[in-house]
Amino acid sequence: MNTKQKKLTKKVVQHVLLSLFTLIMLYPLLWMVGSSFKESSEVFVKAYQLFPDEWKFSNYSEGWRGFAGISFSTFYKNTFIIVILATVGSILSSTVIAYGFARINFRFKKMWFAIMMGTMMLPFEMTMIPQYVMFNYFGWVDTYLPLVLPTFFGVPFFIFLILQFMRTIPKELDQAARIDGCNTVSIFTRIIVPLVVPAMMTSAIFSFYWRWDDFMAPLLYLQTPTKYPVSLALKLFSDPEAVTNWGAMFAMTTLSLLPIMIIFFIFQRYIVDGISTSGLKG
Amino acid sequence: MGQETTNLETNIQNEKQVPISPKPNKRPKRKRVGADIDNRMGYLFISPFIIGTVILTLFPILYSLYLSFTDFNLIGTPEWAGLDNYKKMFTGGDMLFEKSLGVTFFYAGIGVPARLVFALLVAMALNKVIEAAGVYRTLLYLPSIVGGSIGVSIMWRQLFGTDGALNSLLTMMGLPTHSWLGDPDTAIWTLIVLYGWQFGSSMLIFLAGLRNIPKTFYEASSVDGARPIQQFFKITLPMLTPVILFNTVMQTIQGFMAFTPSFIITNGGPMNSTLLYILYMYQNAFEYFKMGYGSALAWFMLLIIALFTALIFKSSEYWVHYEDN
Repeated sequence: MNTKQKKLTKKVVQHVLLSLFTLIMLYPLLWMVGSSFKESSEVFVKAYQLFPDEWKFSNYSEGWRGFAGISFSTFYKNTFIIVILATVGSILSSTVIAYGFARINFRFKKMWFAIMMGTMMLPFEMTMIPQYVMFNYFGWVDTYLPLVLPTFFGVPFFIFLILQFMRTIPKELDQAARIDGCNTVSIFTRIIVPLVVPAMMTSAIFSFYWRWDDFMAPLLYLQTPTKYPVSLALKLFSDPEAVTNWGAMFAMTTLSLLPIMIIFFIFQRYIVDGISTSGLKG
Repeated sequence: MGQETTNLETNIQNEKQVPISPKPNKRPKRKRVGADIDNRMGYLFISPFIIGTVILTLFPILYSLYLSFTDFNLIGTPEWAGLDNYKKMFTGGDMLFEKSLGVTFFYAGIGVPARLVFALLVAMALNKVIEAAGVYRTLLYLPSIVGGSIGVSIMWRQLFGTDGALNSLLTMMGLPTHSWLGDPDTAIWTLIVLYGWQFGSSMLIFLAGLRNIPKTFYEASSVDGARPIQQFFKITLPMLTPVILFNTVMQTIQGFMAFTPSFIITNGGPMNSTLLYILYMYQNAFEYFKMGYGSALAWFMLLIIALFTALIFKSSEYWVHYEDN
């Protein structure tokens, strides 16, 4: 009886400590959500308070009006255009490239594979200056082309993820399909693609949330405010010297995180599996 | 059987000059290997990758090497400047370069180990809990999901602001407040805390690593009388070293590349105490349009990353434990 009680106490202590720790870790986010419902004058007066005395939902409609006559409808629309195009581009191209690496033998394959793994480690920041000079020369500054077009040439992390998944599909399937008259291309479209949909989903989810968060590329390339995505618009909207309506600022900040949180809660299984199995970034 | 004999024959025919080996049937079966190679299809499928790498990576990286020896300012043509940019960096001609390098090493030097240790401790705690582990895991991963976004940086700025939540909490508890973002000594710490706060993806990787350690290892050592702390250093840590290695490399690169937090929260200030290297590079290239100098900065950082990655991999011979040896 005594040992049973001891075990129970240990468990309760464990859960209390973990819940407390989780609460502290989530405090900043909770504070942000709470502040988004506070009266502007109340935000910093009782800043420690998580929840407002009076819930002010109009912060959201006031914030949505945006700035300089451009509402957040425009910014969200822009973000969705960029995110969807870039995600479609990266998934299509990465799947095609992964198939080449996974199923076809060709000369210098090992070398190309090593180059691909190398580019996966190479951060965007290291090529952003020459890329900017190049895209500027093409006249692509202030268009979405520099943000979207590069994704159509494959994203190394997604190629790797899909490739690993393809390797688990038995080669006998390909051989059987070949006997039935399929060629290399139709094996890809009819046999492989339907089977790697889960890995494509994982990649699409990662792509969605990276592009949603992306700030550097829009900052470099976009100049006209009507073309801004949410991330860049939020930077201007929250400029400490210009903000007077703090409640509205918190409301728009909270709203900008909502889509990635929703995607995360719905598809977290894919994200967790993607990170755990590939052991790569997130 | 028939195929084997033809192979044997072709082998002998093809290599007339070579003295016939005593065991000709051990020669590689050329015909079969040849049939598997499909250069045309292979290159067709990976062609997007090759085109992309050449245009978007290889050419830019070489072009930026060239730019780093010029004074290009985006208008007109690049003028050759020889080693001027590098001289400016290394002969004390640019105090901010040294400052930003120091800030970045401090930031990554504390932030990366802190994040990894934190991630490991939380992963171990979660590994012990059976009920609701998934709920904790999800909630603790949330900061990593949103952490890189602009919204969180904005929130962080208010959190540590003079009348932010932290100071408000301190006042409530009767403790002295502080201008966290205004003091050059503390501003960088707010960024390091933000970095450490996003420990989620490392935690997930460690958690997966912990689950892969066979339970029998612990049971056997318990029978032998090993205490938990001994088990940690003799079983858990060695078994996790391959995972730790990979995490260290990826997180170190990510640490060196940090930009958004310092850009949004402090914009490098106060007194350049949070001037991270990439922010300084960005300012040079895109605020002063010194593309040549910016390229030199980028190339130097590329060498640092390569050096650190090589050092970490080289040192791994001494501390990474692989199960097969």
